[in-house]
Amino acid sequence: MSDKQVDEISGVSTTGHEWDGIRELDNPMPRWWVWTFYATILWALIYAIVYPAWPLLTSSTQGLLGFSSRSEVRKELAAADTARSSYTAAIKEKSIDDILAEDQLRSVAVAAGSAAFKMNCVQCHGSGAEGSKGFPNLNDDDWLWGGTAEQIRQTVAHGIRFTKYGETRDSIMPPFADVLDGAQISQVSAFVASLSAPAKNVELVEPGKEVYAQNCAACHGDDAKGNKEMGAPNLTDAIWLYGSGEEAIAAQVRAPRAGVMPAWETRLGDAAVKELAAFVYSLGGGEK
Amino acid sequence: MEEISGYPKVGEFLMRHATSIISLGISSFLAILAAAFAHDKAFASHMWVLAAVLVISVIVLLRRENFQPAAAVDPSAYMDGPIRYGAIATMFWAVVGLLVGVIVALQLTYPALNIEPWFNFGRMRPLHTSGVIFAFCGNALIATSFYVVQRTSRARLFGGDLAWFVFWGYQLFIVMAATGYLLGITEAREYAEPEWYVDLWLTVVWVAYLVVFLGTIIKRKEPHIYVANWFYLAFIVTVAMLHIVNNLSLPVSFLGSKSYSAFSGVQDALTQWWYGHNAVGFFLTAGFLGMMYYFVPKQANRPVYSYRLSIIHFWALIFLYIWAGPHHLHFTALPDWAQTLGMVFSIMLWMPSWGGMINGLMTLSGAWDKLRTDPIIRMMVAAIAFYGMSTFEGPMMSIKTVNSLSHYTDWTIGHVHSGALGWNGLIAFAALYYMVPKLWVRERLYSLRMVSWHLWLATLGIVVYAAVMWVSGIQQGLMWREHDEQGFLIYSFVESVAALHPYYLIRALGGVLYLSGALLMAFNITMTILGYQRDEAPSGGTLPYPQPAE
Repeated sequence: MSDKQVDEISGVSTTGHEWDGIRELDNPMPRWWVWTFYATILWALIYAIVYPAWPLLTSSTQGLLGFSSRSEVRKELAAADTARSSYTAAIKEKSIDDILAEDQLRSVAVAAGSAAFKMNCVQCHGSGAEGSKGFPNLNDDDWLWGGTAEQIRQTVAHGIRFTKYGETRDSIMPPFADVLDGAQISQVSAFVASLSAPAKNVELVEPGKEVYAQNCAACHGDDAKGNKEMGAPNLTDAIWLYGSGEEAIAAQVRAPRAGVMPAWETRLGDAAVKELAAFVYSLGGGEK
Repeated sequence: MEEISGYPKVGEFLMRHATSIISLGISSFLAILAAAFAHDKAFASHMWVLAAVLVISVIVLLRRENFQPAAAVDPSAYMDGPIRYGAIATMFWAVVGLLVGVIVALQLTYPALNIEPWFNFGRMRPLHTSGVIFAFCGNALIATSFYVVQRTSRARLFGGDLAWFVFWGYQLFIVMAATGYLLGITEAREYAEPEWYVDLWLTVVWVAYLVVFLGTIIKRKEPHIYVANWFYLAFIVTVAMLHIVNNLSLPVSFLGSKSYSAFSGVQDALTQWWYGHNAVGFFLTAGFLGMMYYFVPKQANRPVYSYRLSIIHFWALIFLYIWAGPHHLHFTALPDWAQTLGMVFSIMLWMPSWGGMINGLMTLSGAWDKLRTDPIIRMMVAAIAFYGMSTFEGPMMSIKTVNSLSHYTDWTIGHVHSGALGWNGLIAFAALYYMVPKLWVRERLYSLRMVSWHLWLATLGIVVYAAVMWVSGIQQGLMWREHDEQGFLIYSFVESVAALHPYYLIRALGGVLYLSGALLMAFNITMTILGYQRDEAPSGGTLPYPQPAE
C-alpha cells in the first residue's frame, strides 16, 4: 500500500497514496502560514478577554475594558447632547419668532432642522423639499395652512388630518359628485381652470362662475384665493397639488383627495419641531 | 439516456419506467387535489405549477418507453448518466442565474424595469441568488461530486437509480423554489426563501444525495478517502443540518403556502445568519474546495502540494467556519458577546481558508509553464486567486471597525460577487471544461481559444463589478455617516441612492461581460457534446517556447 515515490520535479517524497492518478506530496505546511494562523488565534484569545465574549448561564463575561455597545451609544448621545446644550435650551424656551430673530440661534436651528428634515420629511416632501403630486412643495410661497413661522410650526407639530392627535389641523372637502350634475362639474372646472390659465372651453366659464359662487366660495373665498384657516387652497395661482387642467380639477371636485401628515410634536419633541419649522421657513417661501 | 437501463427488476419485462411513471402519476393527482383544496390562492397556483411539471414528466417518460428488457448493468463501470445531465443542467442554470442577475442589476439602475407583481425586484432578487447558488453551483457540486467520488473511490455510485432521483428531485426543487418566488411565496429568509413544503422536498432529496455519496465512499476500493471527498462530505452533511434547523417552522395550513419560524426575535436572526454564513462556508467554500482538490491536480497532472496542509486546513476550516455567522449581525440587538465571537472566529478563519489557496496554487509548481498553453489551468489559477482575495476580504470586513462602514452597503455585494463569480463560477466552469470531453468521450473541447475568451470576459466582468462596488459601497457608507461640525447629518438616504446611479449602470455592464463569457461557454460545450472540433491554432502561438528551467 505504501508506495512512496520521490517526485522528480520538486524532489519531494509523496505520501504513497494514489487516487485516479492523483498523488500527494509530503511537503510541510508553510511556516508563514502556521505562524500567521497562531497569531490570529492568539489575537482572538486576547480580544476575547478584553471584550465581552464568553457566554455564561444568564449573562456573559464583560471583558477587561468593560465595553458595551449600548453604553457606547449612550455615551455618544450624551456627548452630542452636551455639545448642543448651549442652544437646545434656548430653542426650547424661546418662541419660533424669537429664534428667527437671533442670527446665531437661527443658523443653528436651521441646520438642526435640515438634519431632522432628511431623516423624517424627505420620504414625502423630497430631498429638496420640492414635493410631488399630492405632497406640497415647501420652497414656494403657496401655503395651504399658512406660511408664517408660527403657522408652519403648528402644522409640523400637530399634523394634518392626523385624527388620532386631537389638535391636528383638520378639514375635508366633500365629494361633489352627489351634489352637482356632470354638466355643472364641467362648468365649474372650466371656471376654476380659467383663473390661472387661458380658458379652453370659454362657453363653460360663465355658467361655471355661477356654480362656483353657490358651492365653492364658502371655503375657497369669493375671490378663489383660498382660506388658510381651513386649508382651502388658493385656486388662482398655477400651483396644483393633484394636477392642473380641467380634467384633473373635475376629478378633484367629484371625489376630492386629501393628504395626511403625522403630528411630529409627539414623535420628535417641541425643540425639533421648532428647528424643522425654522428650516422650512428658511427655504424661501415663508410669509411675514 | 442509456444509463436509465439500470432500472429494477419490476420493469424488466414490462415497462422500464414503471415505478417512476406510477409514482409521478400519483403525485400529479395529489398535486391537483392540493390545488383544488388549497388554503390560499398562491398555494393553489403553486400546486398547479407542480402538477404541470409532474404531468409533463409522465408524458416524457411514457413516450420514451420501449418495453425492451433493460440491458445488464456492468457493476464495475462508472455511472455517468446523471453526471452528463448534471453538466448540462449546470451550464443551463448558470446562464439563467446570470441573466436574472443582469436583469436585477438593471432594475436597480432603472426602477421602471420593475414589472409588477411577478417580476419586481423583490421577487427577482431571490430568483437570482437561488438561481446562482442553488441551481448553478448546486448542480455543479452534485455533478462533480458524483464524478469525483466514483473515480477516487474506484466504485460505481451507490444506490442504483437513486442518483437519478437526486438529479431530477433537485431540479424539481429548483423549479418549485423559482416559481414560488415569482408567485410571491417566501419565508423571507435570505438564501432560504422557499416555503415549508419545498424545504421538506429538498430535505428528502438531500438525504438521498448523502446516501448515494456516503454509500459510494463506504464501498470504495481505495484504502484511503481522498481529500476532495472529505470536503464534499462535509458540505453535504453540514448543509443538511443548516437547512433543517434554519427552516424549522409551523405551517399555517398543510394546504397553505405560509409558515412561521420556530424562532423569534434576535434568536431567529442569529439562526438565519448561522445558516446564511455557512451556506457560503459549506456550499460555496467547502464543496468547491472539493472540486478544486480533484480537478486542479488532474488538469495540471501534478501531485497535491501538501498532504499535511490539506488535513490541518480542512479540520480548521470545518471547525471555525460554523461559528462565524454572528458577524452578519454586528451593531444589532445581538448581545455583544456573540458579536465578539463572530468576529474573532472570522479572523481565525483567514489562514484555514488560505490553506486551500496555497495547496491549489502550489500544486501547479513544476507546471507553471502550462499557464501559457492551457486556458483551463489559467481559469483555475484565476479562480484560486479570487478565492484567496475573497477569503481575505471576508475576515477583514468582519472586524467591527471596518464593518461599521461596510455593513448594509454595496461593498458587501461586491465581496459576495468576487467570491461567487471569481471563485465559484470560474472553478465550476473549469471543471465543466475538464469533464465534458471525458463524459462524452470527445478527444478535446470544441475550442480552447473560446475558453481563453471566456476567461478574459469573465475576469474583466468580475474586476469591473468588484471595483465599482467597492467605490459605491464606500461612498454609500461615507455618505450615511457624513455630518457637519455641529453633528448634523449632511445627506438624506435618498441622496445616497441617487448618487449610486452611475455605479449601478457600470455594475450591470460587468454582469453583461460575465454573462457573455458564460454564453460562449454554453456554445463551446454544446458543440463539444455534439462532437464538433474547431480548427484552430493551439493557444499560446506556434513559436517554440524555451523549456522551463528545472
